[in-house]
Amino acid sequence: MFYREAGDFKTSYTDDSQTFPIKFDRYRYYVVLGVAFGVIPFLINDYWANAFLLPFLIYSIAAIGLNILTGYCGQVSLGTGGFMAVGAYACYKLMTAFPDVNIFFHVIAAGGITAIVCTAFGLPSLRIKGFYLAVATLAAQFFLVWLFNKVSWFYNYSASGQINAPERTVFGVPVTGANTEAWATYLFCLVFLAISAIIARNLTRGMQGRKWMAIRDMDIAAEIIGVNPLKAKLSAFAVSGFFIGISGALFFAVYLGAAEAGDSFGIQKSFLVLFMIIIGGLGSIFGSFAGAAFLVLLPVALKLVGVDLFGWPTDIVAHIQLIIVGALIIIFLIAEPHGIAQLWRVAKEKLRLWPFPH
Amino acid sequence: MPEQLVFAMEVFLNGLMAGVLYALVALGFVLIFKASGIFNYAQGVMALFSAMTLVGIMKGQVPFAHVINAIFGTDVHYFGWTVPALLAIMLTIAVMVLFAWAVQKYIFRHLVGQEPIILFMATIGLAYFLEGVGDLMWNSEIKKLDVGLPQGINEAIDNYTFNIFDYGFFIDNLDIVATVIAALLVGGLVIFSQYSKEGRAMRAVADDHQAALSVGVSLNFIWIMVWSVAGFVALVAGIMWGTKSGVQFSLSLIALKALPVLMLGGFTSIPGAIVGGLIIGVGEKLFEFAIGPMVGGATENWFAYVLALIFLVFRPQGLFGEKIIERV
Repeated sequence: MFYREAGDFKTSYTDDSQTFPIKFDRYRYYVVLGVAFGVIPFLINDYWANAFLLPFLIYSIAAIGLNILTGYCGQVSLGTGGFMAVGAYACYKLMTAFPDVNIFFHVIAAGGITAIVCTAFGLPSLRIKGFYLAVATLAAQFFLVWLFNKVSWFYNYSASGQINAPERTVFGVPVTGANTEAWATYLFCLVFLAISAIIARNLTRGMQGRKWMAIRDMDIAAEIIGVNPLKAKLSAFAVSGFFIGISGALFFAVYLGAAEAGDSFGIQKSFLVLFMIIIGGLGSIFGSFAGAAFLVLLPVALKLVGVDLFGWPTDIVAHIQLIIVGALIIIFLIAEPHGIAQLWRVAKEKLRLWPFPH
Repeated sequence: MPEQLVFAMEVFLNGLMAGVLYALVALGFVLIFKASGIFNYAQGVMALFSAMTLVGIMKGQVPFAHVINAIFGTDVHYFGWTVPALLAIMLTIAVMVLFAWAVQKYIFRHLVGQEPIILFMATIGLAYFLEGVGDLMWNSEIKKLDVGLPQGINEAIDNYTFNIFDYGFFIDNLDIVATVIAALLVGGLVIFSQYSKEGRAMRAVADDHQAALSVGVSLNFIWIMVWSVAGFVALVAGIMWGTKSGVQFSLSLIALKALPVLMLGGFTSIPGAIVGGLIIGVGEKLFEFAIGPMVGGATENWFAYVLALIFLVFRPQGLFGEKIIERV
């Protein structure tokens, strides 16, 4: 009944190769966009913005970035936390060095700087593969965090070693600093997420994405049919670094307001984003959203159920959360290696036939 | 003899000792990787879990006491008895064997034939799970572990070096014990894998799953055995590190330290794990000693990784690893 192609005749190549070729899907997409931009900003309050919406939007960008690298190009990275830190510190330096420039451009530039750093750390991927590379990216994680803690130029020689986001405005409305409104920060992040998702989606279904997937499926074979592994791998690192840098900048400037490299961008962050794309679905943009939403909501839901409903101590709930996350990773890898995105695809297939099974 | 050189020698010796402890953790990785191709990220958490279990059993802690108290409103914490160290170690080994069996039955039997990277990510999930279970079972406070190993400065070495250099070296007794135990463990493992029937079967599985299966080796049994042995190695590492710095969460991070050791030594080589551990241990201590003060210290956090990274670019299979041959 839903997702039917019947009666939807394409008359041009442009129509045929659009992102959402099925009419129902396309309208659903417009509705989601409409609700996200037009309805939620009016309903939002501080609790929901800080507990769910902002982290969801920001982690979604990071997950899209990592998904391009790991899901599409097959290069497992455990350095996401470190690369997010690069975005955050780059954004901070730019914000304080050029206070007159709009923060929008600072965030974009922070993404660009992260892309360069990420590409540099991606160079070993040409020689080493699989989990050798995963461990090599740990070098990036630990080295970058150490660098931001030790070199005081990065935090402008502040006594606490922290970086604090000064107040910056977009169209006269503050989006960073102490006097922000929930809807403004939400919209600011949403704009970045929407642009990132559209760029990522179109990159991955185009020529570049096919090259990445060829490298992922078998790099030697890909090389033989004419994919340049140097360009393909490094471009994946660069694009991934760009998105991760943006998310790091937003995470620091808009969500946290103040950050310290070791606490905010430690190895746990790398694992968290990796878990998001495993649970959400490797090699799927929708999966990045689903995984981010899931892992951001899980602690909130557990806290609601465990602490508020049953009155358990918070540390027990935190331990149970570890168990649940670990178990879910294993269950997803065993039962559904393509994650929530695959469940969604299956559901769509079912809905297409429903209510007539044939 | 110049003073700096004497200091450097002391740092070198301490680095060797630290390297032995890294090698001990790396050994557990190599065993599992050789036999099943699984890169077991959970090795560090296994060390933590086994050390926690050991302390819990020795002190007579009630498992899951915290949860029981929270649900039923009771207030139980201890059984009220203490268990001697040796018996507690035996019981902990039994727990680790049980764990090995469960891991094999519920997780990795369902993942046979998957890509290595999927298996790797599954072990990350396992690490989180096990950490949660450990915390829930024995609570997450920092615990003191004392199984009667000697600790503190070694007087003999201190006096001996003082007579030669006018400066006594600080070498911890525990580090010396750890070195001896690690040497015994490696010797034992080599003898086990070379001369026993099970060890031979284990090497056969490591060589070729299919061929081993076809000559009647039970893969299931070998894998459970390998995980049990890895659990035992984790327990030894857990006792050493736990005695040194207390049983706490940071214990599980030694797994991260063992990774560069493995990359340096090669994933498939037991001697590689030992040599890699020593190189990393000595390298990071000497680097911190020589370069650390110039760049603000705490270089131990990343030196091992960067060393391994640079090394891998020139020799991707590590020092002793098998040559990587790729086919389409």
